[in-house]
This record gives sequence, C-alpha cells and structure tokens, in this order.
Amino acid sequence: MTPRRKRLLAVIAIVAGVGAATALAMFAFRDNLLYFYNPSQVLAGDAPSGRTFRIGGMVTQGSVQRTPGTLEVRFVVTDFRHSVPVRYEGLLPDLFREGQGVIAHGRLNGGGDFVADEVLAKHDENYMPPEVAESLHPPTPAQAAE
Amino acid sequence: MIPELGHFALIVALLLSIAQAVFGLGGAARANGAWLAAARSAVVGQFVFVALAFAALSWAFVERDFSVLYVATNSHSELPLFYRIAAVWGAHEGSLLLWALCLAGWTLAVTAASSSLEGPFRGRVIGILALISIGFQLFMLATSNPFERLVPAAVEGRDLNPLLQDFALAVHPPILYLGYVGFAVAFAFAYATLLEGRLDAAWARWTRPWTLAAWLFLTVGIALGSWWAYYELGWGGWWFWDPVENASFMPWLAGTALIHSLAVTEKRGLFKSWTLLLAVTAFSLSLLGTFLVRSGILISVHAFATDPARGAFILAFLSAVIGGALLLYAWRAPRLKSSAAFEMTSRESFLLANNALLVAALCLVLLGTLYPLFMDALELGKVTVGPPWFNLMFLVPMLPLAALLGVGMHAAWKRGLLGTMKARLWIAAVAALAGAILIGAAAYADLRPMTTLGFALALWVMLSSLLIPVARIRARQTLPAATLGMVVAHFGFGLATFGITGVQSFKIEKDFALGIGDTASLGGYDFRLTALRDVQGPNFAGVEADIVVSRDAERVTVLRPQKRAYNSGGNPMTEAGIEVGPARDLFAALGDDLGQGRWSVRLQYKPLIRYIWLGAIFIALGGAIAAFDRRYRFRAQAQATEGTAVAAP
Amino acid sequence: MKLPLRFLAPALAFAVLVGFFIAGLKRDPGEIPSPLIDKPVPAFSLESLGDPAWRVGSADLAGRPWLLNVWATWCAGCRQEHDALMSIAREGRVPIMGLNWRDDRTLALRWLAQLGNPYVSVAFDPEGRVAIDWGVYGAPETFLIDATGRVVKKHIGPINLDVWQREFLPLLPAGEGGP
Repeated sequence: MTPRRKRLLAVIAIVAGVGAATALAMFAFRDNLLYFYNPSQVLAGDAPSGRTFRIGGMVTQGSVQRTPGTLEVRFVVTDFRHSVPVRYEGLLPDLFREGQGVIAHGRLNGGGDFVADEVLAKHDENYMPPEVAESLHPPTPAQAAE
Repeated sequence: MIPELGHFALIVALLLSIAQAVFGLGGAARANGAWLAAARSAVVGQFVFVALAFAALSWAFVERDFSVLYVATNSHSELPLFYRIAAVWGAHEGSLLLWALCLAGWTLAVTAASSSLEGPFRGRVIGILALISIGFQLFMLATSNPFERLVPAAVEGRDLNPLLQDFALAVHPPILYLGYVGFAVAFAFAYATLLEGRLDAAWARWTRPWTLAAWLFLTVGIALGSWWAYYELGWGGWWFWDPVENASFMPWLAGTALIHSLAVTEKRGLFKSWTLLLAVTAFSLSLLGTFLVRSGILISVHAFATDPARGAFILAFLSAVIGGALLLYAWRAPRLKSSAAFEMTSRESFLLANNALLVAALCLVLLGTLYPLFMDALELGKVTVGPPWFNLMFLVPMLPLAALLGVGMHAAWKRGLLGTMKARLWIAAVAALAGAILIGAAAYADLRPMTTLGFALALWVMLSSLLIPVARIRARQTLPAATLGMVVAHFGFGLATFGITGVQSFKIEKDFALGIGDTASLGGYDFRLTALRDVQGPNFAGVEADIVVSRDAERVTVLRPQKRAYNSGGNPMTEAGIEVGPARDLFAALGDDLGQGRWSVRLQYKPLIRYIWLGAIFIALGGAIAAFDRRYRFRAQAQATEGTAVAAP
Repeated sequence: MKLPLRFLAPALAFAVLVGFFIAGLKRDPGEIPSPLIDKPVPAFSLESLGDPAWRVGSADLAGRPWLLNVWATWCAGCRQEHDALMSIAREGRVPIMGLNWRDDRTLALRWLAQLGNPYVSVAFDPEGRVAIDWGVYGAPETFLIDATGRVVKKHIGPINLDVWQREFLPLLPAGEGGP
C-alpha cells in the first residue's frame, strides 16, 4: 500500500470508529437521560409516570417528617405555585434543610407521591436563604476543588 | 494597605504581561534582539509581581484581615493556619490568582530553560504565553478582584467551606492548576510553530518533557480530587462524572493522546498536524473547563446563574484564544507534510489507534457533559446525563485501548515485527485470562463476562508491561528512562483498571437505622454500633460513633465515623470512618439522629478500590521518570544538528 | 488560498460550540416565574428599620410604580447589587422600598450608614413573615410594582444596571416620574 492510501484508510477507520461510537452514544442516551421537572410541571402531568426523573424545588418549611427510629422521611418540594410530597428512605445529604433547594431522583407512585431513591441538596453563592449565608459552596466535589 | 499593594502589583503584572506580549511577538516579527531580551525581562517582572499579589492575599488571610471581602467570605478567626493559607484558593477570585501565578511560573521556567531555542521562536512562545496571562489578569481586575474591600469590615469571617478543610483538598487545586496551566506551554509551542509554518523533530523533543510535566501534575490532581471525594463527601463514590470532574478529565485525555502522538512526531516525523491540533486541544479544554466551572453555565442548569458578566468575559477570551489557534491551524497546518511509510503492525499504527480511541473517549465525555446545555438551548427539556451513561459509553473506547496497549508497547517502529515477543505475548494473554478467571471464581465466586474481561485486560496490561524490563535485562540491554517511564505508567493503567473492575463489579452499599447494640450485615461483615459520644475539634464539635466490624465472629476493626458542626455555623459535615485494606475498604458514614436512640448509617464494602489511586500514582510516577530522560536534557546539541537538517522545507 | 476542509473542521466545530455557549449564557436559569406576576401586591405593614415607632407598608407608594428590594447584611449578593441600587435611586424614575429580611437592626443600619441608603423607606421583617407572602426564598430579590398596585416583574439575584435597563425600564410608562 502506498502511504497515501494507508493514511486514507486510517482516516476512514477513525471516522467509522467515531461514527459508531456516536451512534451508540445517542442510542444509550435514551435510557440514561435524567429529565428534570419542577412541581408545577409534575402536577400538570408533564412528567413521565412510568420512569424515573428528577424533581427540583425548595423543601417547604415545616414539611419534613420522620418516622422515628427508621430511615423513612417525608417532605414537600415546592416551586411556590405547586407542591409535591416526596418520600425517601436513606441518608439525607449534609446540606439538606427546610427552606433549601433540593433535587430528588426517583419516580411517581400511583398516589401522587414522588418516591425518591436519591436526594441532592444544593445552594447558590449570591442568592441564598439566610440559613446558608455562612457556607457558601455547592456540594459538588469539583466546585469545591476550585 | 497590603491588600492595596496586592491590587497594585496585579495591575503592574498586567502591564508587564502586555510588554511581554508586544516585545515577544514584535521582537520575533522584526528579528529585534533587544526587544526579545526585553520580553524575557518582562517575564521575570511579571512573575515577581504576580507572586507579590499572591503574597499580599496570603498575608491578608494569615493576618485575618476581614476588611477584605474575599477573606471575610472564606476565612474565620478560628481557622487553623494551614487552612487559612489553603483558603487563599478556596473560592473563585483566589483560585484565579493561583491560576495566574501558575502561568507566570511556567512562563518563567520555559524562558529560563529555553536558551537553546532560536530567538524568534522563543520570543513567540513567550509572547503567546503573555497573551494568555493578559486574559486572566484582565479577567481578575475587571470582574473578580480578590482585593476588594468590605465596608464595613466584617467582625468575623464566614469561614472556609468545611468541605475544603482537608489536606487532600487543600493541595488539590495548586497541583491541578499546574497541570491545567502547564498545557499552555505545549499550546504556545504549537502556536509559535504554526506562526512560523514549520515543524521539526526538535520541536517534538522540546515539547515532550513540558507536556509530560503538565500531564503528571494533572494526573496527581485528578487522583487527589477523586480520593478526597471518596472519603470526604460521605457518599463513598470515587468518580461521579460531575461536569466539574469532567472538566479536568477531558484535558487529561487530550494530554494523554498528545504524549503518545508526540512520540511518533519526534521519532518518525509523522502525525505533525495532528500533534499540533492535540496540543491546541489539550489547553483549549483546560480553558473550556475553567469557563464551564466559572460561568456556572452547566453547574447552575438547575440553580441560579452566578455572574453572567464573568461568563461572558471568559467566553470572549476563550473564543479569541482557541478560535484564533484553530483558524491559524486551518491556514498553516496543510503546509506541514508528513510522509513516511509504516506497516500495519508497526508501533506507529498502534499509537494511531491509541490516539483515535483516546480522542473518541474525549468526545464522548465532552458530548455527555455538554448534552444538557444543547438540550436546554434547543428547548428540548432540562436533562442530566447520568453516570450510568458515562460508565457504559466509556468502556467502548477503553476496552480496545487496553487490549491494543499490551501489544503496541512491543511493536517496533516502522516495520512492526513482534519477533520473539510474539510467543511471550501469547503466554501473557493466556496467563491474564486464567488469572482473571481464578480471581473471579476464587475470591468472588462470580464470573460475569464483563468482570472477567476487566480483570483479564488489567492483568494483560500489567504482564505485558513487565515483559519489557524482563526482556531487556535478559538481553543485558539498558533501559532508557523514557522506556522505564512508559512501563511504569502502563503498569499503573493496568492497576487502575484492576481496581475499577473490582469496585464496580462487587461494591455493596446500604443505608441502615442503627441503635446502640444493633448489628447490620454487609458483604460478609457484621457492623455493630457500640457507642456514640461527643467529640470536640479545634473549630468544630460533633458526634462520633464506634462501629465494631467483625467477620465470622472475629473482630476486624472499629470504624469511627463523625458528624461535625463547625463553630462558624453552616451545615453539618460527615466524616466517614474507613478501614483501608489491600483487598477492600470498609466504609461507614454517620447520617442523622432518627429518634428513639437510632442513627442513620451508610455502610459500604468497596473491594480493590485502593488500586485505582495506586494505579494513578504509578501513572504519574511513570510520567516523572520519562520527563527526566537524558535525551531531553541534552537537546541543545541534538537540536543544532537535527533541527537544521529536518527543517528544510 | 485554498483551505482543505479537514483542517478547518476543528475551527467550525468550535464555532458551533461557542454558539451554544452564547445561547446558554443568555438563558437566565434564575428566571423562575413568580406566581405573583400580574397579581395585586400582598399587602403588609411593618416597623420601619430606622424607627420602630414608624410603620412602613405596601400602601405607602400606591398609585405610582415602585420597586421592592429584599435585602440583608448577611447576603453577599446584596453587597454586590448595592451600587446599582444607588444609581437607580439617583436616577429617580421610581422610588425603592427596602424589605430588610431576617436581619439584625443594628447591622442593617450600619450597612446603610456606610454604603449609602438607596431606599425611600425600609420595612423591617426579622421573622420573614412578609417575605413568605411575597414568595421570597432568597436574597436579593427585586419586585417592580406598577401604578395599579400589581407586581409586573420579579428579579432573582443581584440586580445590575444592565438588567435594570433591559428588563425593568421597558416596563415603565414612558416619561413616568422623569426628572
């Protein structure tokens, strides 16, 4: 083979490889994308009922209820128009608080509750409720790394 | 007064950067020796004044000067000295200053070590580095001045984020930045080359140690970040595919590809334009990472914008630097001819495959990271790409990469006859597969195809790496540092693969509600909560649990996880209790008081996780060994002969 | 000059990326529609920050457009937007009422004494009751109320003159309250 043809072959191989990987990537997106909805969208029926998604909003003041002695916890997530009750069983993140921003991952059950399997808390630097005025950074490892 | 001096020093540094750019680029264009000398003096001056600014900010932190806004927001009078210094780069403004300091440091190092380069080329390199300095210093002065005063002065600081009060994280940013910014050197070299329109073997030989140095800092920085996230965040994960993590991982992938492609360009004069493109890409991704993190464009998809002015500034800067480089590339790269033949099984082919796979991996990470942005911009909904996608997709390029790596290391340049190695490689491959089956069956009683494949590839890479020194010693040949470095780094890659396979296949994690005397079982271990007590630290108070771990009624260890509340207020912090072992980590994190004497506890069994970071240490060590190869140090003479011969158009 | 496409491809790909970034920066993720928009203001009457004997309320500025700015001394974003508020106050097109939220009276008064006072009056809301009625869940926030007493605009996070000119000024009747 001439060097030129070989280079061409190599380029074709790269393009084909990248193309195949991209196709696979797009295909894999279908199952692994996490959609995000706020409580109003959930109540309007925009959120899928069969699959998992993320819901975000503020934890309503006074809404956190625990079943004493167990990991069960219930709270209400609101966007100040509508609210969705959330159930979760497990450890809550350090930044989780009433009146705080929260993102929960899970699915709706038949009764209109959102059953979460993961709860993330986050807050912002320049805009924040008084409780977090002292601790300034979101909980992502790398943000902290900055 | 000192903070004002710092501010002033920063302004002087900016002026010197401008002088450095004008005299460096202008001197090269006009072949004016006096201008070039002036540019070199400006480099020294710029470094001195950035260092002064940095020292002034550090002074404000050490002296607890809460009349400086940045200090008041990120420090506290009770904060120990070590963390007061680390707090200098604990948030946006200070970390930019650290960025600028790293860049000034690299520029100084390059200037000092480049006396053997031709004057104009050296001037261009210095000038391009100055353009980057100007961008960052302007950015700081215009939008993120770390010396801004707070009127009225705060009585007490708001404290450094407790998450950052940790050794690994205190040293993580400087190391990571040395890596990020280090790619600026390769970038400047590539840019200068494109400006001159010619590229020779000396160029690649020159760029290699600088790239290796930047890459090894980045490797250590990423590994430190991962290790920190594991023990400090309380989740026990070691990699989250978080946008900010990806922002540091993408330049690493590009840098890894660049190191390999530079080898080909140096030895064989091939892949010239490709290598230049990688050099531009590696640094572009470093800048892009800074942009993504600083503008809040990704982080805050579900939160609030940070400061749009900052985002707009970085984007403009980014477009100028990267866009300029890529346009220059489109114009000049076609002139660079690489013409040499090589066989299908030669080392060149394997390195080409390596580059293709690494770049594919890079594109996947980039796609996954920016996908939410694309979807949002096209109004297709707010989405997040979850770790499962990355975990799955990343395997696609990585599995063939590991498989080819074991063979490619032994392939010869140009002709690619494996010769006597062929038989040995077959033995290594069979041994790796047998070893993988043995480990899976004996240690975990599990032979899932992906797990076995992972272990087999890990062992294959390690065994194949070891064949090189073994063969050399048998043949009584010497082992050059560059080769030894390659062996060590590849062995480390195998180790990390081993750890990743183990932990991803067999990890177990579960949350429990435990009272005193309760036992939870996980991964064959029994975890018994025996005591809860109050603890008092230098600037925090907390609760500590004793969790006695036993296996088959035999006591293994006691884990002591803590829940801390810092005196400065703010959120509680989880300090995990971890038992480290060669075969597994046992991990306990304390949650909340659930009432009725019970606490929530997260328990984890993490097999082989240590090998991930051990592998990273080996990889970085390999890079360090290779960077100190004698050939790079005696480049002056080599260049005098080779450079002129190859450079002829 | 002929530019082979494959050498131009990286620059083109980058240009597309920059396009998305610009679009991404323009989309303000802080824009959360407030349920209050186009609704009458939630009425309140609170102690004045400067003088506990004095009442400050939503009726004080009725009949003309005005701004309500929620702030506190613990809020970094409020410090950041202060200069912009001072300019808006100097411009004099609309009066600004402050809602000092969950703060300390002494600290708040010292803040105004040292940084300047852009407000015609400041309502003191240490428990955050009024803030809840207004759907405030962070500071700073700024509301624009029109002459008929309806909320026409809510801005979340620090305000700056750019936002003021682009998003607030067009909502004001031309010439209203001009100098």
